Amino acid sequence: MDRDDLLAALARLVPPERLLTRAGALSAYESDGLTAYRARPRAVVLAESADEVIGTVRACHAARVPFMARGSGTSLSGGAVPIEDGIVIALNRMNRVLRFDPEARVAVVEPGVVNLAVTALAVPHGLYYAPDPSSQSVCTIGGNVAFNSGGAHCFRHGMTANHVLGLRVVLGDGTVAVLGGDSLEQAGADVTGLFVGSEGLFGVALEITLRLVARPAVYRTVLAAYDSLQAAGDAVSRIIESGLLPGAMEIMDRLAMDAAEAAVHAGYPTGAAAVLIVECEGDAAQVAEEFEQLLRILSASGVAHTHIAADDEERARIWKGRKSAFSAVGRLSPDFIVQDGVVPRAKLGEALATIEQLSRTHGIRVANVFHAGDGNLHPLILYDGREPGAHDRAEVLAAEILRLCIRLGGSITGEHGVGLEKRAFLGEMYNEVDLDCMRRVRQAMDPHGVANTGKKLGPPSGATASHGLHPLERAGVISRA
Amino acid sequence: MIVQPASIDELAEVVPAHARLRVRGGGSKPALSSPLPGVTTLDLSALTGITEHTPEECVFTALAGTPIAEIERTLAPHRQYLPFDPPLAAAGATLGGTVAAGFNGSCRYRFGGIRDFLIGARVVDGRGRVITSGGKVVKNAAGFLLHQALVGSCGTIGVLAELTFKVFPAAEAHATIGVEVGDVASAVRVVASVQRAGIDLEAIDVVPPKRVWLRLGGFRSALSTRVAILQQAIGPNAMVLYGEDDAAVWRQAADVSWAPAPASLVRVPMTLPVLPALDLCLAPTHAPRRYTIAGNLGLIAWPDTLDTLDTMLRDLGLTGQVLRGAPERPWLGALAPNAFEQRLRTVIDPDGRFAGVPAGR
Ligand SMILES: Cc1cc2nc3c(=O)[nH]c(=O)nc-3n(C[C@H](O)[C@H](O)[C@H](O)COP(=O)(O)OP(=O)(O)OC[C@H]3O[C@@H](n4cnc5c(N)ncnc54)[C@H](O)[C@@H]3O)c2cc1C
Repeated sequence: MDRDDLLAALARLVPPERLLTRAGALSAYESDGLTAYRARPRAVVLAESADEVIGTVRACHAARVPFMARGSGTSLSGGAVPIEDGIVIALNRMNRVLRFDPEARVAVVEPGVVNLAVTALAVPHGLYYAPDPSSQSVCTIGGNVAFNSGGAHCFRHGMTANHVLGLRVVLGDGTVAVLGGDSLEQAGADVTGLFVGSEGLFGVALEITLRLVARPAVYRTVLAAYDSLQAAGDAVSRIIESGLLPGAMEIMDRLAMDAAEAAVHAGYPTGAAAVLIVECEGDAAQVAEEFEQLLRILSASGVAHTHIAADDEERARIWKGRKSAFSAVGRLSPDFIVQDGVVPRAKLGEALATIEQLSRTHGIRVANVFHAGDGNLHPLILYDGREPGAHDRAEVLAAEILRLCIRLGGSITGEHGVGLEKRAFLGEMYNEVDLDCMRRVRQAMDPHGVANTGKKLGPPSGATASHGLHPLERAGVISRA
Repeated sequence: MIVQPASIDELAEVVPAHARLRVRGGGSKPALSSPLPGVTTLDLSALTGITEHTPEECVFTALAGTPIAEIERTLAPHRQYLPFDPPLAAAGATLGGTVAAGFNGSCRYRFGGIRDFLIGARVVDGRGRVITSGGKVVKNAAGFLLHQALVGSCGTIGVLAELTFKVFPAAEAHATIGVEVGDVASAVRVVASVQRAGIDLEAIDVVPPKRVWLRLGGFRSALSTRVAILQQAIGPNAMVLYGEDDAAVWRQAADVSWAPAPASLVRVPMTLPVLPALDLCLAPTHAPRRYTIAGNLGLIAWPDTLDTLDTMLRDLGLTGQVLRGAPERPWLGALAPNAFEQRLRTVIDPDGRFAGVPAGR
């Protein structure tokens, strides 16, 4: 099958209004949340059923043309940037809940279901879907599965992988496989866990069985303001050492806080160098005791000021501020890179101090928002794309931060994935044997290398797609092996 | 033949030298690990020791042959524990064997199972390559989560050599509530209702015909209030145990001492809604059994040949994993071939060294 045959095959699968090929219609699909990257797909299939997805994948496999599944396009690592001249399979219309069983505490959903919609469905039954990426009102479960997405409550609840019990997937060659099931307990190898986080390189998730958990009876949320970022980071270490298990521990520095405050009036203390949000959750008596102990720890941590959320509304405002921090930073700067790296929790202070240092040396402003309980940093690197070379300089700083994470024993990504952005760094975290194993697993699932080609593991040899040079390549920082 | 590597390097060297291998940790799940004719036993009991433990990080790394008991002893002084509540520690279960069997205990109900706490591993593949997957930090989206696929793989994909886990702080105090019920159907109703009572539980086990066990953990000062709320939800037929009495109930569950040999021990992943139907089939056989994790796992002590149980499980669409009993039959009931898993095997074990017993899955 050649490329024209492919379009003809796709035209047989879906009606013309759901096969986009005109430049104007395609432009909406050219990039994702990492706006510095762009590519023009050959066509977009607006899939409405699993069979259409399977048909598209089989046609792409036969034609050896790369395809990419797309949820809401909020990826921050370039994971949802199309493959040049490849096919985009848009899954937003596959947003049905196929089964909801509150007694077994599972929901089986199509990949285009939005994260928050699952919780909306479950709440009337005293249940909810725990993973809560800040983008949860728009991002899809399919995208969450692909990236093993996190959120603010991972410290206690874990990542997406911990909440996906089963999957129906189509592999890169069109083979359909069913992984896992409804039970919290698995029979046999936990291959479900391996599919999660594979960034679309094994194929497309068609149905996802999600684990629902009881909604905590009570939340208690406190804002603690500090005179230094380091002091806020140290408080987190102390909380962890004390044996408390809060639902979330988040830190924002002044730049991020001021931006969020201006955007949503969350009630953050003005003038503080950093604010720490800690939230306890659970049943009332247990939380009352935990919260009291928490306040004692905070008051001995050099805190400048604490403020306890008085009611649900105030709690919601605090979280709204935190969750809109990325977009709020857009008020400070025309462009910015959301970086995502992990360090061991005990090294948070050291990492933050070094980032501050790097920011000064490079003369580039960095705002910090992070999942402190997980050691998951999100430095926001601010730049003005209209200034010649500014983006490349920002990328150089981003690279130094990633190397810092590796050096401290952490990871180049906690939750945003490798995507296009971090391909060159995977080889600094894992050795050639590990990478070779990853490539071989990928090849077994997708023999022609057409599933999200070029992401995560980099371009396979002889790939049909070609990308422009990565800005870091242009800057001479990285090169392709 | 038995080989007993004492380091990861030795392990990597030994694997390619044997055509068929069966991994053995502590031997506490003999159906998965007892010697088979024509198959080399790869005994990991010398590959032992905690290689890294940073209490303030709530993370540790240990070699696969390390006994669970040793890990629990190391964590306890730091008031940390393994939230997946690994069973059979007293019988010598090892960390690697527990992960390979995918065997979680009752108290995993609270925070999650092995899959939720394993954050990285070093795996030796069928060609003796040492592959690192995941890492030593609690969040990591780089690479593939290969280590996850080894959970429950029963030693038939690759050899787990070293494992890294995150752990949680241990509860200060516990209480157990024993509920007397009329029958299994009402036990299921109790399970459903206590899950809605707004109290976080550590464990919910059903022991047919008439018992439901609940466990709470948390701050000592809050415990009695929480117990009282639960008692109210349950009604009068509840007894409350603290201290050694509480511990004894869960030690028994963890030791699986209610299922003595020579009965086969079969592990059945399931869900609460199918519990009544399964128990209806099992009750006439009088096989001792226990449904743990709020009906997500059935454990059955099967006294007879496994054929009848096999049919029973197949009819219910359930799969059974034999942990103790005839080693030639590791899987019972519904077995769907899985293309994803088969392809993974061809990558990690291209020569079929770990393929399992001939009559296997
Ligand atoms: C403001 C903002 C805040 C964010 N906050 C967080 C956060 O707190 N935590 C976090 O982890 N992430 C966060 N993200 C990142 C992003 O939202 C997540 O990665 C999310 O999971 C992407 O979902 P999506 O539906 O937009 O997927 P897309 O961006 O469309 O796709 C992401 C990747 O998934 C693949 N994919 C999509 N669907 C499927 C499928 N069905 N099968 C296989 N592969 C598929 C795509 O090919 C692509 O590689 C944030 C992003 C933004 C813009």
